[in-house]
Amino acid sequence: MTLLMDTVAVVLLLLLVVGLLRIWLGPEPADRMLASQLFASTGVALLLVLAESQAQPALRDVALVLALLAVLSTVAFVTRVMQVARADSRGERRDV
Amino acid sequence: MSDSLIMLLQALLLVIGCLFFLVGTLGLFRLPDTLTRIHALTKADNLGLGFVVLGLLPSVPGPATAAKILLIWLIALAASATAAHLVARTVRATDASRDREERA
Repeated sequence: MTLLMDTVAVVLLLLLVVGLLRIWLGPEPADRMLASQLFASTGVALLLVLAESQAQPALRDVALVLALLAVLSTVAFVTRVMQVARADSRGERRDV
Repeated sequence: MSDSLIMLLQALLLVIGCLFFLVGTLGLFRLPDTLTRIHALTKADNLGLGFVVLGLLPSVPGPATAAKILLIWLIALAASATAAHLVARTVRATDASRDREERA
């Protein structure tokens, strides 16, 4: 059973690494933010599976915190880009 | 007998969860523009996380921990739903301002 959980954990880790490719390729900043969202959900799943396979209850709390902090990173990105977009729509140029 | 059955069910759920994560990541690469990527990523990953959590539930040491895992899944659902909505709104705002520049 733990062997299966470890293989699932390895597969999730590979998906995380593949997500890096999207960060490198991503044309717009929004795509890079998507990859950070991918990191959040895959990371939470990875941590939960590892918490089970290695009997580490602390990892579940790490997964919880990761799920919350991912939202903060997205909010930070949105408020930063939204100011630029709103400034553009008001016609005043702002150096980004 | 029922123990091996539960283990088989767990294995099945975990594999399905992994498949949904795979689909989510695949969608992130194959889909043409950002808005469709947001759609694919949020749905597939959350469903994958749901299956992984369901797969882990039977082998969790106590009901309290099982409730914690389910809550983590719910928080992840709410978190990625709001995050996806925010990113989508930003993409539309920047598209709108870029269209205005092209027209101006």
